[in-house]
Amino acid sequence: MDDSRPIFIQIAEKVENDIIEGTLPEEEQIPSINEFAAFYRINPATALKGVNRLVDDGIVAKRRGIGMFVTKGARNRLIKRRQERFAAEYVQPLIIEAQKLGISIDDLAGMLRAERIDA
Amino acid sequence: MSTPLVRASGLTKSYGGMTAVDSVDFSLEEGRIYGLLGRNGAGKTTIMQMLTGQLFPTSGTVEIMGREPAENAEALRRMCFIAESQRYPDSFSARHVFKAARWFFENWDAEFAEQLTAEFRLPLKRPIKKLSRGQLSSVGVIVGLASRAPLTFFDEPYLGLDAVARHLFYDRLLEDYTEHPRTVVLSTHLIDEVAKLLEHVIIIDQGRILLDQDADEVRGSATTVAGPQRTVDSFIVGRSVIGREGLGGLSSVTVQGRLSQPDRVQAAELGLELAPVSLQQLVIHLTGSAPEGAANTYGNSSKEAAA
Repeated sequence: MDDSRPIFIQIAEKVENDIIEGTLPEEEQIPSINEFAAFYRINPATALKGVNRLVDDGIVAKRRGIGMFVTKGARNRLIKRRQERFAAEYVQPLIIEAQKLGISIDDLAGMLRAERIDA
Repeated sequence: MSTPLVRASGLTKSYGGMTAVDSVDFSLEEGRIYGLLGRNGAGKTTIMQMLTGQLFPTSGTVEIMGREPAENAEALRRMCFIAESQRYPDSFSARHVFKAARWFFENWDAEFAEQLTAEFRLPLKRPIKKLSRGQLSSVGVIVGLASRAPLTFFDEPYLGLDAVARHLFYDRLLEDYTEHPRTVVLSTHLIDEVAKLLEHVIIIDQGRILLDQDADEVRGSATTVAGPQRTVDSFIVGRSVIGREGLGGLSSVTVQGRLSQPDRVQAAELGLELAPVSLQQLVIHLTGSAPEGAANTYGNSSKEAAA
C-alpha cells in the first residue's frame, strides 16, 4: 500500500493484477470483504469500496449467498484497458527520463530491443 | 441518509478566557471508525468528554441518538470512554475491573475479555496500582474492546504498550468491529499505525476543526513537490501551500489538493520530484504552525509536532 492513492483503488488493482497474471482465474471466487480487511489490516468499508469498484467495472459479479466471482472475459477486458494506459503510465516517463540523460529515441529503441533479447 | 449517532452543533468549551473548543460542528455516523487527530491541547479530549456527558458545554449542543448525553442513563449505557490515564479504585485488580464492567455495558463479552487478557499477558490478580504502565493501558484496551459499546472512544489508549501489543489491539479491533459493527472514535498520536483502520478523519487544532473527510479522500490529497526552487515556485502557482522547506537552491513544498495526470506529467517534464504525503505528515503540516498571532513560520515548526 502506498500513500499516494486511496486504498480502495489499490485493493481493486491488486485483484486486477491477480486476474491478469492468472493467479485468480475467471469464474474463481475472490476473497470476502472480511478476509480482505483482515489480510491488509484495513477498514472493511474500504475493502467493500474496492470490491464494489470491481463490480461496477464488471470484473467480478455477485452470486447470491455464495460470494464474488471473477466474470468471464474479465482478463481480456483488463488487459485491453491496461494497454490503453500503457503509453501514458510507462512510455512517457521513460522518454522524459531518456531526454534528461541525452538518450535519443533511436538509442532507446535499441535498448528496448536488447533488453527484450536478454529477457 | 439516516440520523447520525452523534451530532454536535456550535459546541464550545471555555475555561475563563481560554477557549478549549471553539464552536465545532460535526456528526458521527453509525458503524464507522473515526480518527480524531491533532496535537496535545488541541481540544480532542475536551470534545470527547462533552460527548460522553463528563463535561457540560459552555455553549452549543450535543445529541447522542437524538438526546443530550448528560444525565441520560440510556445513552451513557451505550457508550464506553477509555481515557489516556484511566483511574480505577485502589484496591481493584484487573479481574475486579472486568467483573464490574458487565454491570456498565450491556454487550459485555466476558469470554472475549478472557481471550484478550491471555493475549495481552495481563496478570488478572495483581493490584492495579502494581501494574506497569503498559499493563494498565491493556486493562483499558480490553474494557474498550470487550464492552462492544455502540459508541466507543479510545483516547490515547496505549501509553506504554509495546509494538506487539499495539498491533494486537489493531487486529482485534478490526476483527471484532467486522463481526460487531459499531462506532469507534480513536484519538491517537500514532497516526501512521492507525491510518488504514480509519474510515473517516477529523483533524482538530486549537479547538477548531481543520478537516473532516473520508480517509480515502484524504489519502493522496496532498503532495510534496521537490526540485530547484524557481521551478518549484513556478509549478505551485495557484496551489494551496501547507508546508515549505528549503536547502540551498532546492526547495520542497507541500501542496494540498489532488494532482491531475497532466500535472504529474508536467512535473516530470520539469524534473520535479513528487512524493505522496501520509496522513501523519498531513496532520503535521496542517497543525504544525505556530499559534495564531505568532509569526507564521513554515518548515521549522514541523519538527516539534513530529516528536
